[in-house]
Amino acid sequence: MHVPDGFLDAPTSVATGVVAAVGIGLALRGARRELDDRTAPLAGLVATFIFATQMLNFPIGAGTSGHLIGGALAAVLVGPATALLCMSVVFLVQCLLFADGGITALGTNIFLMGIVTVVVGWAVFRGLQMVLPQRVSSVPAAAAGAALVSVPVAALAFVGLYAVGGTVDIPLAGLTAAMLSVHALIGLGEAAITFLAVGSIVAVRPDLVYGARRVLATRSLVLRTAGR
Amino acid sequence: MGAPHGHKLHFHGHSWLHRLPAHVKLVALVAFMLTVVATPRDWYPVFAGYFLMLVALVAISHVPPTYLAKRMVVEVPFVVFAALLPFVATGPQVEVLGLSLSEQGLLGAWGLLVKGTLGVLASLLLAATTEPGALLAGLERLRMPPLLVQIMGFMIRYLDVVTDELRRMHVARESRGFSARDPRQWPVIAKSAGVLFIRSYERGERVHLAMLSRGYDGRMPR
Repeated sequence: MHVPDGFLDAPTSVATGVVAAVGIGLALRGARRELDDRTAPLAGLVATFIFATQMLNFPIGAGTSGHLIGGALAAVLVGPATALLCMSVVFLVQCLLFADGGITALGTNIFLMGIVTVVVGWAVFRGLQMVLPQRVSSVPAAAAGAALVSVPVAALAFVGLYAVGGTVDIPLAGLTAAMLSVHALIGLGEAAITFLAVGSIVAVRPDLVYGARRVLATRSLVLRTAGR
Repeated sequence: MGAPHGHKLHFHGHSWLHRLPAHVKLVALVAFMLTVVATPRDWYPVFAGYFLMLVALVAISHVPPTYLAKRMVVEVPFVVFAALLPFVATGPQVEVLGLSLSEQGLLGAWGLLVKGTLGVLASLLLAATTEPGALLAGLERLRMPPLLVQIMGFMIRYLDVVTDELRRMHVARESRGFSARDPRQWPVIAKSAGVLFIRSYERGERVHLAMLSRGYDGRMPR
């Protein structure tokens, strides 16, 4: 859920806004490296994809459903810098055109669900890639790990922000426990769906997956002759 | 988990508020909301003043109040959270209707509700009176980096195309007897997400080529 106006006090909102602005500034440079002059149309379409994916509901049972945050998924699919730009634009559009998430909490939302999930997701993904066998088939597993870790870390970051700039005193131990247990579950769902989605993309167009490029580059052509 | 997105919030009109340049409205929205957030939550008359101000603006804009009211559903998640606050917050307790509630929590819930609601209402009013194109121009005038403006422009332009694609895939799934009830159906839905990514990415590549063939050099023509 998006942080609304008035949830965190003004200094914290402004501080996260500055962090988000710096993060976007760095990502603007990085995205040029990942996509060169294709940045604008491709990042725009990927942002639209992320927005649409957040509308895709996954049934949990008993009539309830959830949806992806998509930070780790985006980082694996298009690279961390482009992913950060896409996530930021998604939150900006949701805030300005759909009134979802407060305008003063925009920096907070970009920081928590954009920067934290993308950076943590990408770091975990690269870490797992070094450990797992260098095969295309291990890309979805690494992506799942990234999604699994990124969600509870974002929840922890929220608790940290709340401890600094929360407007209501809630016992922090209780808040931490509640946020972590709920988001560990959400993380499991995010991991399962990220695994399945990345798996289906890698099976059809592995060349589109940024996180698979390193593995694809080392793959050599194997000739199999029939009948032998 | 926000409420479903997917409908444009713009309400066509020609009021003074509609005609006001987008960058002025954006700056006003940010300034207004920062003031609201910084206002101590027990200054009750001041909040009444803020609310009356917004009501006056809604009246000027000729956007029907029911139109805005329907779209206030995006605030449901944090209303639920606010309703829980009096039960979990610490501090002195008060007795309300036989329930022992935290005084701090009640005040906090009030603060969250009133500030959040003012925020949603003000943002809805901006969305209702500003066309997406004007919003982009406004952001550009406010010195948002051009690349970010371009990305946002493409996102807004293809928002309906991609969400329609998602809806067609949904109709296709359902018409083949698929119904999503529990996690056993996740592989199918996740594959739809995968296909949507491939289609979106390839559309991006086609758009880029189309732009190059029309002389695109990294900057948008005016």
